Amino acid sequence: MRGRLWGLALYLFVLGFILNLLGIVSHVMVSAFAKRWFGTPLPTAFTTEWFTYAWSNFDLGRILTVTLSVAGAVVVLALILGFPAAYILARRNFRGKPLLLLLYFLPLLIPQMTYGIPLATTLYRYAIGGTVAGVILANLVPMVPLAVFILMPFFEQISMNLEWGAAMMGANRFQVFRRILLPLTVPGLLTAGVLILVNTVSNFELTFLVSGAGSQTLVVALFYNVFAGGVRPVYSVDAMAVMYMTTVMLLLLLALRFVRPTQMVFRLDQPQR
Amino acid sequence: MAVTIQSLRFRITKRFGAKTVLRDFALEVRGRQFVTFLGPSGCGKSTALNILAGLIPATDGDVWIDGERIDHLPPEKRGFGMVFQNYALFPHMTVFGNIAFGLQLQRRPAAEIRERVRGMLELVQLPAFEDRYPGQLSGGQQQRIAIARALVLQPRLMLLDEPLSNLDAKLRIEMRAEIKRLHTNLGLTSIYVTHDQTEALSLSDWVVVMRDGVLMQAGTPQEIHDQPRNLFVADFMGFRNFFPVQVASVHPDGSVEAAGNGMRIRGRTRHALVPGAAAVAAIRPDDVVVGQQAAGSNSFRGKVEIVEYLGRGNEVILALETGARLWVHTPERVTPGESVTAVFPPEKVILLPPEGAGGAA
Amino acid sequence: MRRTRAGEPSELDLMATACLVPSLLYVLVMFVYPFLYGIYMSLRPAKVAGFSLANYLTFFGDEWQYRTVWITFNIAVPNTVVVVSVALLLAYGMRRGIWLERTVTTILVLPISLGVILLAEGIIGFYGARGWFNQLLLGLGLLNEPLVLTHNYIGVMLSLFMQQFPFCFLMLLGYISGIDPSIENSARTLGAGPWTVFYKVMLPLMAPGIAIAFALVFVMSFGVFPSAILLGQPAGATRTIAIAAYQQAFESYDMSYASAIAVIMGVFQMAGLVIIVLLRRRMVMAATMGVGKR
Repeated sequence: MRGRLWGLALYLFVLGFILNLLGIVSHVMVSAFAKRWFGTPLPTAFTTEWFTYAWSNFDLGRILTVTLSVAGAVVVLALILGFPAAYILARRNFRGKPLLLLLYFLPLLIPQMTYGIPLATTLYRYAIGGTVAGVILANLVPMVPLAVFILMPFFEQISMNLEWGAAMMGANRFQVFRRILLPLTVPGLLTAGVLILVNTVSNFELTFLVSGAGSQTLVVALFYNVFAGGVRPVYSVDAMAVMYMTTVMLLLLLALRFVRPTQMVFRLDQPQR
Repeated sequence: MAVTIQSLRFRITKRFGAKTVLRDFALEVRGRQFVTFLGPSGCGKSTALNILAGLIPATDGDVWIDGERIDHLPPEKRGFGMVFQNYALFPHMTVFGNIAFGLQLQRRPAAEIRERVRGMLELVQLPAFEDRYPGQLSGGQQQRIAIARALVLQPRLMLLDEPLSNLDAKLRIEMRAEIKRLHTNLGLTSIYVTHDQTEALSLSDWVVVMRDGVLMQAGTPQEIHDQPRNLFVADFMGFRNFFPVQVASVHPDGSVEAAGNGMRIRGRTRHALVPGAAAVAAIRPDDVVVGQQAAGSNSFRGKVEIVEYLGRGNEVILALETGARLWVHTPERVTPGESVTAVFPPEKVILLPPEGAGGAA
Repeated sequence: MRRTRAGEPSELDLMATACLVPSLLYVLVMFVYPFLYGIYMSLRPAKVAGFSLANYLTFFGDEWQYRTVWITFNIAVPNTVVVVSVALLLAYGMRRGIWLERTVTTILVLPISLGVILLAEGIIGFYGARGWFNQLLLGLGLLNEPLVLTHNYIGVMLSLFMQQFPFCFLMLLGYISGIDPSIENSARTLGAGPWTVFYKVMLPLMAPGIAIAFALVFVMSFGVFPSAILLGQPAGATRTIAIAAYQQAFESYDMSYASAIAVIMGVFQMAGLVIIVLLRRRMVMAATMGVGKR
């Protein structure tokens, strides 16, 4: 009986959290379609004009292009850099490997505000700061390690015997890579790819510190408009937020076709005793 | 030593959603008995054990010990001991800590705990292992500690859930004897779950064969081995050769004559078979005698198809002239292609009702 | 993962090195170098020639600046404790699998994916003076005045909780549900009640996961920046150390001073991590006291 009550309390908490979340998200949505909304449960009149307003006034077409090209470039580059490293870290043993893993782990552990400021300083010093290239380079710092850590377990699952077997049948290293490793790691590449995509689109701090006027992503532009609250009508900011949300949700839907929700967060492995 | 139960009586039904994993599974266990739940994986034997332990609730039914109903008690209040398939030792405690755990919860004096833990370690023949951690022990050692951990609390009922299945073949036989020794010497009442018929036969006073959550047969190891009550139990207990037949005549002493597919077979039965009824004649590969005499009653000519040398004998597959295949274990040296006679000693042939005709008992 | 033992031949041949070098180089150039350069720069103040601790002295001599350390701890510590405790309670209660698991986890992933800015905009609206939350409480007659929940300390805490609770919960759920249930079952059959199982058996086994959760949530909260600006009072009660560093870098353009503040932020984060690791040792020892040792 006490166990039942306890379980009920847990579910009520989750329910409360979800209702709260839904309230927060739908408030933004309703507001984006409101003509005027002032202290009533729902707006008195609805309109879609804030979307056209936001699109033209916030230069959203260009911001969206920047966002998606940054995200696409980060995904491709992070996978290219991370794939071979993940393979070696999963397969080989050498001195200093734990240290190397720690080094790859640090950009994920240390908050971006902490290393973002010196990174931005450095990028500005070489005149890359403020450019789209600078935004891509900065975002790769946490994303390359992320790619490595997502791909590693996928390599660990592939039996060494498959590679050895292929080699016994006369495949050289490139052929083993091309015919055995690459096809077998497609699920891993998809997982890593979509996770990096979603993370890059919603990644704020690094992009915020490194981007300039022409290289803002959607989330940074949204920040500036929320920050400058009152300069533009709040409904238009919410319209922009809805467009951002739609982008993220679409990517999330795509992501959830390939990964379990729990893979979206940090994976903690059980210690091996 | 242990104050063991006088009797355990239960009747359990368990459903997971729409799936019934135990259907009215009922049994009475007497004190000091060694009872085995035997069956293939998914037959509900582990579920039944977990319900007895109180780890999962039954959907319906009751459990009584010495006239007291206990199915509402949480596991920690039942006073049972349980040994798990994967040992389930606490990885963060030493061997001493693991065995002392239950005693410390009972707030026993430290001196008594020390003495009883040491005694247990000697009983399971691992006296010098107190300070090791489970991760530093082999599988067999871990299982001994797991047994010691349960026994030290002097449980009134021991529950063992496939405790030997993670061990290699040699260690398994050794530990089997160990478990039997502890059970007898300590005067325990034990319920043991396994899918291994040899384990069940060698350990138990009483074997309960289960399939799909239903009790198929319960009896002494001899009964289960010699007198399987239906095709499932016969198959599970090593009868390999089954011949569909029609009963010709039944004698008061239980011997039966039957025929089918060009074979006339004499055997015995415990079922109420009537002349003309369909039945199945069954015999173990070990009970078939291979020779060279002419075909006759209970002897059939066949050609050797495959011979596998097993060390102590040969496993042979015969293609009988009637068209049937026959599995035989024989010490005779035969060669593929050779014609031989297979003799079925009538006392080794059992006749069973066909599948679905009152199979479950 | 296999451990390298001393004397084992290194498997780092030419091919392996070639595979590692690109990404390693990237991390070195884009992460390690800026980090070291930041430390170097923090010791070279603009107004003084040569190396000097002037930036650090200025920071700790200026109440407007050193106050941010206290403000940040005042946000990070309570938030971490609340987030991890609630997440642990929930994850422990749901360790045997939960009803509608996939739906629940998907919904919980939403705030992580949407990001802090969108949540902030939503919280400003939902919890604002005229938002649904206050409308509901006023409508039910529970309040006469709307509660002020945004643009102050509470707003920052709300937003941090919304962001970090799902993250922490899913992480702990994964960790706890990975613990072999028969360990818990065996403790029950040995006479341990639910509370004893939690305290003596599960807590020590969960300790590494809890410590990592504590560390990650603390480090994230300590770097709090956008929600402190959007939902707090960035010029007052919630002016965190990250805001101070940002203002030096991008409003005063004093990169040297900004780097010094970033270094100070990093040092405090590390100090927090060390304390968590030490606390974890204490926790494990307390729980196994009298069980593991004689």
